[in-house]
Amino acid sequence: MDFDYSDDQKFLKDEARKFLAARCPSSVVRGVLDDPAKSYDAGLWRAVAEQGWLGAAIPEAHGGLGLGRVELCAIAEELGRAVAPIPFASTVYVLAEAVMAHGTEAQKAAILPRIAAGELIGCLATSEGPGVITPSALQAKVEGGKLTGVKIPVTDGDAADMALVLANEGGRPGLFLVDLRAGGVKVDTLESLDPTRGVARLTFDGAVADRLGEAGQGFALAQAILDRAAVLLAFEQLGGADRCLEMAREYALGRYAFGRVIAGYQAIKHKLADMYVKNEVARSNAYYAAWALNVDAPELPTAAAAARIAASDAFWFASKESVQVHGGMGFTWDVDCHLYYRRSRQLSLVAGSPKLWKERLVSELEKKNAA
Amino acid sequence: MDFNDSPEEAAYREKARAWLVENAAAHRVEHGEPKPTTPEHMAAAKAWQARKAAAGYACITWPAAIGGGGGTPIQSVIFSQEEAKAGVSYGYFTIGLGMCVPTVMAFGDDATKQRFVSPAVKGEEIWCQLFSEPAGGSDVAALRTRAVRDGDGPDADWVINGQKVWTTGAHYCDYGIVLVRTDPDVPKHKGLTMFWIDMRDPAVECRPIHQMSGGRDFNEVYFTDLRVKDSQRLGAVGDGWKVALVTLMNERLAVGGSAGPDYRQVMELARGLPGVNGPALKDQAFRENLADWYVNSQGLKFTRFRTMTALSRGQTPGPESSIGKIISANQLQDLANTAVEALGEYGILTDPSLAPMEAAFQQSLMWAPGLRIAGGTDEILKNIIAERVLGLPGDVRADKDVAFKDMPTGR
Repeated sequence: MDFDYSDDQKFLKDEARKFLAARCPSSVVRGVLDDPAKSYDAGLWRAVAEQGWLGAAIPEAHGGLGLGRVELCAIAEELGRAVAPIPFASTVYVLAEAVMAHGTEAQKAAILPRIAAGELIGCLATSEGPGVITPSALQAKVEGGKLTGVKIPVTDGDAADMALVLANEGGRPGLFLVDLRAGGVKVDTLESLDPTRGVARLTFDGAVADRLGEAGQGFALAQAILDRAAVLLAFEQLGGADRCLEMAREYALGRYAFGRVIAGYQAIKHKLADMYVKNEVARSNAYYAAWALNVDAPELPTAAAAARIAASDAFWFASKESVQVHGGMGFTWDVDCHLYYRRSRQLSLVAGSPKLWKERLVSELEKKNAA
Repeated sequence: MDFNDSPEEAAYREKARAWLVENAAAHRVEHGEPKPTTPEHMAAAKAWQARKAAAGYACITWPAAIGGGGGTPIQSVIFSQEEAKAGVSYGYFTIGLGMCVPTVMAFGDDATKQRFVSPAVKGEEIWCQLFSEPAGGSDVAALRTRAVRDGDGPDADWVINGQKVWTTGAHYCDYGIVLVRTDPDVPKHKGLTMFWIDMRDPAVECRPIHQMSGGRDFNEVYFTDLRVKDSQRLGAVGDGWKVALVTLMNERLAVGGSAGPDYRQVMELARGLPGVNGPALKDQAFRENLADWYVNSQGLKFTRFRTMTALSRGQTPGPESSIGKIISANQLQDLANTAVEALGEYGILTDPSLAPMEAAFQQSLMWAPGLRIAGGTDEILKNIIAERVLGLPGDVRADKDVAFKDMPTGR
């Protein structure tokens, strides 16, 4: 039994926390939030690349550090805690993981070293409108290797150099790598709930599309990619949820009402205890998913779904109740609560809503029981 | 990040499993929830405990010299897991060996330890813990049972009068540890003292409590001029609260039993059940509930793995394990209720020959309210998390620095 970070992983995590405390205080997050022209913090992105984090799980042969996925989880937890305003998830959890798992040797050689060096930002473009994207509703299409269609919204789409796009090819869905700098692409920046992460509409008009994985397997492939991303996102959510609890705790211990600190009132104590319980449930599920991701276990789909459901729940609860504990102060722009509140919504939706993951989880359980 | 056994743990598990295969069958009896306390069930439990003790599988973490297994906490957890799987897990000794006897070992004199520890390990004598009172449930230290000295000498006997309540198993126990008030003129925590007592003494009367679940697991216990020797005292006079804290700290490490049906059983039930729109299992709201229960169950399972990891790294698990009961008790209630509602009007039936799963959901529905209270209410457990894990201030105490006798009392 060794169901925790190892000493080396803890060291990495501690170093990541220190690094982000120095390089990503909330002023950096707010620098992106308050500047409509900025979709991420380029300085932090370069610094993170220098730390080797972008290539943490990329093999050394492709310019990475060749560490395991658990190390990446440890970094993700700290990035979530710092609400880092960088396209890390889109680039590392989605694009790099997708290429490593499903790419050809040529695709790996072309993309992975550039990601590790911080020279290539990625994004995932599946949504085309409100609601769930289904095979029958999918409009974007690839003909003769050229993509046409509109994807909205695309998280980090305005910062990205390369998109992973879901589109029909010969009437069957596929996933395609599209170089956003190569022409045939129009990028419109959009307003969103979480302006610390860029969001765009991508309009494709004959953009060159390079298929990733097998033809016709777009939805299955996207799901496999999301399973992997969900684990890492769950760690970001967990880090954010932990920070919300800490902020609420610190505030409650310093704020006096009716002659004593509000942290002494049972209504506040129980609220914080509820946050703690949800965070621990999320942590335990996330650890299991980290194990499944790291060893590519057949349990990954269920483990990833459980981790995502628990982490989405914990972060949402912690972020909204943290505002509540902070009272009127929590509702102001100047206090950081809303950074987490925004990010909790962004992270819950970016890889499919908890509703979808609950359905996926139960379907998996049904399959398991039927087998 | 790996929840598989280490080679040493796997070897121990293998050894334990082999021993269980060879020995468990003869000691298995059919039992459900709540536990029946029939003489046959008790006899099977005692025989099983004796066999475990002889093989070093009883009180695994205690030194072999006092009848234990001389093993590690993680070995103890592994054995409990395998024992439960083998269907020979009995609850009778949990409170005695988990809480009472450790208190006797910590505070009893040599003769007392000599007399009691070994028989308890072997299952020959069963212990209960007598703390709660009608006036002191969550507020344990508000207890009113009095012990007064009969005479002046340093060895003078004590005479106990009063009433305890919610005492699990008092009706079949041989001995108990009891927390009593020996000085009402000081604030409540300072006037308490702990003793061990003989539950068969005629001055001790047990009245089983008929619970809302229909069971009778708990008791009221009345003391009428119960005489105890000063040598039965555990710890100094007035130090009872400190002694009780040691007992309660051990409670946290005692391994709890299984609670009842989980998401698998509800899923099984819903599979063949007509719902509002096709099979109940296809109902969207139900599926979302199911997902939440799965996530919570897994969360608890893996939280236990994290605790085991702490144990295997030589660390002591902290009060964070309080989250277990909060989640599982609430979930049992919620899950049982959803299952019963899914059955429609049929859900009100409790006849095991008619209700699905031998009425396990109906039983859980009626048992869960007790589970949310016993061993610390949800509210107390949340206070524990808030105060001991998160370091928040304690509740305001109206009774602080007030002599017990001057404290306002209600019912």
